[in-house]
Amino acid sequence: MEMRTAFHKKLREIQDEILAMGSMVSKSVLRSIDALKNRNLEMAHQIIADDQKINGKRFEIEEKCIELIATQQPLASDLRTIIAILNITTEIERIGDYAVGIARIVIMIGDEPPLKPLIDIPRMAEKIVEMLRRSLDALINRDADAAREIAVEDDLVDQLYDQVFRELLTFMAEDPKTITRATRLMWTAHNLERAADRVTNICERVVYIVTGKMEEIGASKY
Amino acid sequence: MENLTECLAVRNLELWYGTFQSLRGISLGILHNRITAIIGPSGCGKSSLLRCFNRMNDLIPGSRVQGEVIFHGRNVYDAGVDPAEVRYRIGMVFQKPNPFPKSVFENVAFGPRVNGITDNLEEVVEQALHRAALWGEVKDRLHKSAMELSGGQQQRLCIARALALEPEVILMDEPCSALDPMATLKIEDLMKSLAAEYTIVIVTHNMQQAGRVSDMAAFMMMEEDRAGVLVEYGPTPQLFTKPRDKRTDDYITGRFG
Repeated sequence: MEMRTAFHKKLREIQDEILAMGSMVSKSVLRSIDALKNRNLEMAHQIIADDQKINGKRFEIEEKCIELIATQQPLASDLRTIIAILNITTEIERIGDYAVGIARIVIMIGDEPPLKPLIDIPRMAEKIVEMLRRSLDALINRDADAAREIAVEDDLVDQLYDQVFRELLTFMAEDPKTITRATRLMWTAHNLERAADRVTNICERVVYIVTGKMEEIGASKY
Repeated sequence: MENLTECLAVRNLELWYGTFQSLRGISLGILHNRITAIIGPSGCGKSSLLRCFNRMNDLIPGSRVQGEVIFHGRNVYDAGVDPAEVRYRIGMVFQKPNPFPKSVFENVAFGPRVNGITDNLEEVVEQALHRAALWGEVKDRLHKSAMELSGGQQQRLCIARALALEPEVILMDEPCSALDPMATLKIEDLMKSLAAEYTIVIVTHNMQQAGRVSDMAAFMMMEEDRAGVLVEYGPTPQLFTKPRDKRTDDYITGRFG
């Protein structure tokens, strides 16, 4: 006879909500890059507006965690899970904020002509969304090994960031008139680099749920 | 949340034992198919209130009740209401498991037998044991003494005994206080599954248990003359995270009581 079925059902419901929140944020990140590519100001404003829904979702999950702690006295791995979930929602919410950051840059850029076709920045975004999805799968599956692997892949995002930086530097060195536009792309890449670090933090929390130890894995060079 | 109608409506209930007033001005609605926990410090009248629901206080000499407990549109204290009938429909489980010194089977069959039910008795017993999540553990020892069961099993047997009478409401007075943590969790899980079919009211001094198991929680306290009053009543998550009354907050955070 499984014990505390009611509690574990509620915990699963919270996890489902985290997955939902994760896909909301993934969508924001991808759309922010779309908006940048296509100079789509309307979409940029929409991303900023939608961030309220993400924030709302976060508070909803937080509230449910508080209720579970107050009413169910979770212990051991259950307690670690709830505490980790509280942290993970903060990380996901911050990734949403980076998408908003990019949307604001898109608005700033307005209808300026593009400096160059975007290649590595969309790659960064895709990589981050993929890492986020896998990190949340690792959370659901309590898979510390998967979490460690994903965290290490942050290096790939860092490499893309380096590449973007070098390329933009060349533009700026060749023609100082490009400095404003190049800097804005730099900011965009920086937002993405930070987002990837947040995914790493999620992975560390997953490892904590499984092992009870806080490990710093795949420390970003930035 | 479906079917949030009141199963028991308590209106301005007052209870005296002789000249001592035990309960003052209690009003609350117990919801259908929900688990309601009554919490509060020792002596605040939790058990007394519970015993008002099925007229168990009638058995105490000198007790006197004012106000109403409405069940199916009728005050259970109205003249002409048979207290025994009330107790069939509103069953009770006590603090210490109290099986009769008979076989497992006879314990459960006792109520139906007294009520003249002899057809399908085996089926009635089996079903009650299933519902009490005990069948698997006792099916091979139905005719052995109930006294040989563990404390947790005995308590589930007492729940099965109450269920055999097909009650609508089950009152539980500290049902786990004599049990170890594992047996306690089993009873709590059982309560959760029973709530689909029954309305459950539990008195507990274990606040954590009230938090884990109940949907609604009532916090009681005693006033200076030691009469019990209802301080706050609401959904358990709210009572345990954002109580409206300072006294509730003080109690559940362990500042008194």
